[in-house]
Amino acid sequence: MRAYKPKDDVQKKSYYTDRYWVAPMVPKSKVEDDAVFAADLEAIKTKFEVSDAYIQVEQMVVYIKAEDNVGVLKLMKEELGYTQLSEMSAIDWIAKQGQFEIFYQMLSMGKRKRIRVKCFIDQKQAIESVNPLFRSADWAEREMFDMFGVIVNNHPYMKRILMPDDWEGHPLLKTYPLQGDEFAAWYEVDRIYGKEARDIIGPEIRESARVDRYDTERFSRLGFEVPMGTEPKAKDAEETPLAYQEEGGVFMIDKFEDDKTEIISDRKR
Amino acid sequence: MAQHQVNYSQDNGLPVALTTIDKVVNWGRSNSLWALTYGLACCGIEMMASGASRYDFDRYGTIFRSSPRQSELMIVAGTLTKKHAEFIKRLYDQMAEPRWVISMGSCANTGGMFNTYATVQGVDRVIPVDLYLPGCAPRPETLQYAVMMLQKKIRKEKAGNAQRPKRLL
Repeated sequence: MRAYKPKDDVQKKSYYTDRYWVAPMVPKSKVEDDAVFAADLEAIKTKFEVSDAYIQVEQMVVYIKAEDNVGVLKLMKEELGYTQLSEMSAIDWIAKQGQFEIFYQMLSMGKRKRIRVKCFIDQKQAIESVNPLFRSADWAEREMFDMFGVIVNNHPYMKRILMPDDWEGHPLLKTYPLQGDEFAAWYEVDRIYGKEARDIIGPEIRESARVDRYDTERFSRLGFEVPMGTEPKAKDAEETPLAYQEEGGVFMIDKFEDDKTEIISDRKR
Repeated sequence: MAQHQVNYSQDNGLPVALTTIDKVVNWGRSNSLWALTYGLACCGIEMMASGASRYDFDRYGTIFRSSPRQSELMIVAGTLTKKHAEFIKRLYDQMAEPRWVISMGSCANTGGMFNTYATVQGVDRVIPVDLYLPGCAPRPETLQYAVMMLQKKIRKEKAGNAQRPKRLL
């Protein structure tokens, strides 16, 4: 279901958003509805503390304590048959509650079921690595560190995976600007030429829709080409058709004559 | 030596071609543009298509080389990320002079649709560019036209060591 937007003033206010609109939640159902999930949840509950559990889109979501993450995953892997960790990462809830939500998406091929194990950690809190249990957690935990700054204890190689090693900031945080902070804006210039080159190279041009057809240094005028930097004579300069060679011909190369060319319409000729 | 006497003023003149050094050198340079294989993203696919048999870049003497030391043309085909920026500069510096750069496609020209923190907003922030080729992605014909335009540009240049090296700074 999409939010209702009045269509009469769409052109006038393209930024219109309903401040009081609440995104509809996918309906949740009780764990008891599914016998397999209910048995799994009982097995987890006998050893670990479970704060919440429900079924959403045919998958069980289990909230546990962050300290128990390795224990719960070990139990699920060795006793419950959830032998694959298909995905794990963090969700930034810092603005709402000052916490990250860590999720582990588990898959059991035998039971044909998926369980999402979730826990909350504080902003500066580290979490234990599940890499000894699942090798797929290796890169996923590195990506989590790279994108959110969540430190993972006892990871064999805790290093950024996507961004450069000397990058500042963690791009998937909600507070990180999409077009980058000042460090990101000057990264390549600082790295290659040094900070003193900033004045010469200048800031990034982020206005992607900017077109100036009389600026012959930065914009070409297809079909109305003039040499770079020269002022176009009239407002609309003379049309210059595509020219592959100079007027006088080229040294040792046959003249390309446009009127003698033939366009083949039949591909199978 | 010819046994008979040749009358140069009558029999088609002197058996030499007269031209300038600039013309000969530029003829050689413009018709043997060895390009660095440098596909960064989807434009690289079009660049590969240009090199393959249907569009046949070899006709222009444009042969893709895997080493910057053997190439004089860098076709920056695709999105340049900030992490990769220092490597494109290093590869450019490894190319022998004279060298030319074609910035192929919107991403290489301006960052294109990747208006984000991780994309360099135009390769001309890092290396000097000779020719900007618009399109997303440009078709092989467009890349051929770009190479022909670059050949045209090379023919206007002065040969010799006095050529001003292109530096961004």
